[in-house]
Amino acid sequence: MASQVHSTMKRIMPQLIILIAVLFLNFLVFPDFFRIEFQNGRLFGNLIDVLNRGAPTALLCIGMTLVIATKGIDLSVGAVMAIAGATAASIVVDGHSWQTALLGALAVGALCGFWNGFLVAYLRIQPIVATLVLMVAGRGIAQLITEGTILTFLNPGLIHLGAGTMVGVPTPIVIWVLLGLIVTAVVRKTALGMLIEAIGINESSSRLAGINSRVLIVCVYLISGFCAALAGVIVAADIKGADANNAGLWLELDAILAVVIGGNSLLGGRFSILASLLGALIIQSVNSVILLSGLPPEFNLVIKALLIIAILVIQSPTVKHALYILRASAEPTPPAPAPVQEVKEGTQ
Amino acid sequence: MKLKAMLIASAMAFVPVTAMAADLTIGFSQIGSESGWRAAETTVTKQEAEKRGIDLKFADAQQKQENQIKAIRSFIAQGVDAILLAPVVATGWDEVLEEAKDTEIPVILLDRTVDAPDDLYMTAVTSDLVHEGEVAGQWLVDETAGEKCDIVELQGTTGSSPAIDRKKGFEQAISGHDNLEIVRSQTGDFTRSQGKVVMESFLKALGGDNICALYAHNDDMAVGAIQAIKEAGLKPGEDIKIVSIDSVPDIHLAMAKGEANATIELTPNMAGPALDALEAYLADGTMPPKWIQTESKLYTLEDDNQAVYEEKKDLGY
Repeated sequence: MASQVHSTMKRIMPQLIILIAVLFLNFLVFPDFFRIEFQNGRLFGNLIDVLNRGAPTALLCIGMTLVIATKGIDLSVGAVMAIAGATAASIVVDGHSWQTALLGALAVGALCGFWNGFLVAYLRIQPIVATLVLMVAGRGIAQLITEGTILTFLNPGLIHLGAGTMVGVPTPIVIWVLLGLIVTAVVRKTALGMLIEAIGINESSSRLAGINSRVLIVCVYLISGFCAALAGVIVAADIKGADANNAGLWLELDAILAVVIGGNSLLGGRFSILASLLGALIIQSVNSVILLSGLPPEFNLVIKALLIIAILVIQSPTVKHALYILRASAEPTPPAPAPVQEVKEGTQ
Repeated sequence: MKLKAMLIASAMAFVPVTAMAADLTIGFSQIGSESGWRAAETTVTKQEAEKRGIDLKFADAQQKQENQIKAIRSFIAQGVDAILLAPVVATGWDEVLEEAKDTEIPVILLDRTVDAPDDLYMTAVTSDLVHEGEVAGQWLVDETAGEKCDIVELQGTTGSSPAIDRKKGFEQAISGHDNLEIVRSQTGDFTRSQGKVVMESFLKALGGDNICALYAHNDDMAVGAIQAIKEAGLKPGEDIKIVSIDSVPDIHLAMAKGEANATIELTPNMAGPALDALEAYLADGTMPPKWIQTESKLYTLEDDNQAVYEEKKDLGY
């Protein structure tokens, strides 16, 4: 058990250090950053905002990590968010309960995921192309559902999912933390995680070894669609309306970036959901720096690009190796006097 | 020879009569359904045509210029009396507009202009984005009446012309009034969710008590910001005054509840002035000016916002 914790810590250490560094940057531009108050029955503070606003990306990257571990990619998640949000909104507008709306949206999301998985696993279409279909068509589907307008609703139950709180904690935080824990437990306490990694490393040999890779691939896309649907419902609930044009726009790229910052290889294989979630928080913290800095919006993307490049460069294997060589070659010289003295003392 | 003269004479006699009887056929090439406002513009254009008894041929270009050019060519082939065009981009219209000019079919541009010699179209009906910003700024100048007021601004998509012009107009209106100052300005991408997120950061960075007014470049961002203000435990419309642009139904609903203070209308009725100009031209040849500016109407809490909401909600916003 202790060794397991130790290896996990070792795995997520780079992400943790980067996250702390970016949070410190937040503190530099806004000294009250870490202050958390209890206001109007909810936790209130910038740190809470990072966790809350990071929820959609965090949810997406849970599914995306599994998909990428099988050597796939899911470009459709942003559009699936729009579809799920539109579905949930139209169900409550028709007068049904929020539970029905949530179930309906999740079912639609899972169906979208199943479609992607079917194209990839059974029709053998390259994942990037297979999911591009829904990425492009999905927003059209969402607009058909909302009839081209921002579909607003007042159902308190549904709004609670995005803007409400559970024992003072904003609901979206509770949802992504819980889902992250459940999925991690399921893939790590069973052999599922290892089987998914096996498919990512070499699908043919994993199939020869008796893994039903097709079913598993369909499953990971289905989970990705499910996560996207949950994110879509949260985003719609947050603004009390389904905005088919803008909900989740370009968020698939943030989710992929979160997985990459989490140190997972796009070539599949070993994965860590925890590290991806830290990646999502890093991205949101970068967004937070930009908003709190008060710089003109023309700088937004430049700042984001610079920070992301810095993060990726630090993680690059070549740079890591260079740092290692540097440290190794530097080691004997500076600390050299100390041991020598010790030895002297020892001999005297 | 005699027959030809007679034909010309009868044609001369009949053309104005048919125009008077409003037995017109007009082609309308719309961009597509890119936003709620555009949907409303389509609805209003159809209503205006119906009101005047005009036969409107509608073509949806699905955001593609090639579809618009095809639509215009087919209108020319059908021999319509005039063409309304909402151009999706500014360039590349010269050739097809020449064709329309050669067949003497007047073309009227709606809500956007083109980079083409201005003799190729009759007139352009657009709003003035800078003026909209000015009206918003002037409202705040009058509302604060010299009292100190720190303003936060939610900009549109960075680099887009509405964001640039609405910012410029607002700044022109408040310059020279030392009590007014924009203390924070950030983009909300014209969307509700970004409007809410950015307003949250404004409230935390400055403290809700230090913000006196919010200027949003469109109503959707203001609607998102209203939710952020409420969640921070403040009263939108009272603790923080809110002025935005577009006049979409949902902002009127918020104004009816006293949660927003003012909005400036970007009217979806571009066809009304365009058809007025066209009818005047067909009746007695009055050439309209090259640019017809639509009214930027200011709505405040003194208007019956519930009624405006009811009136607008079915236009397709």
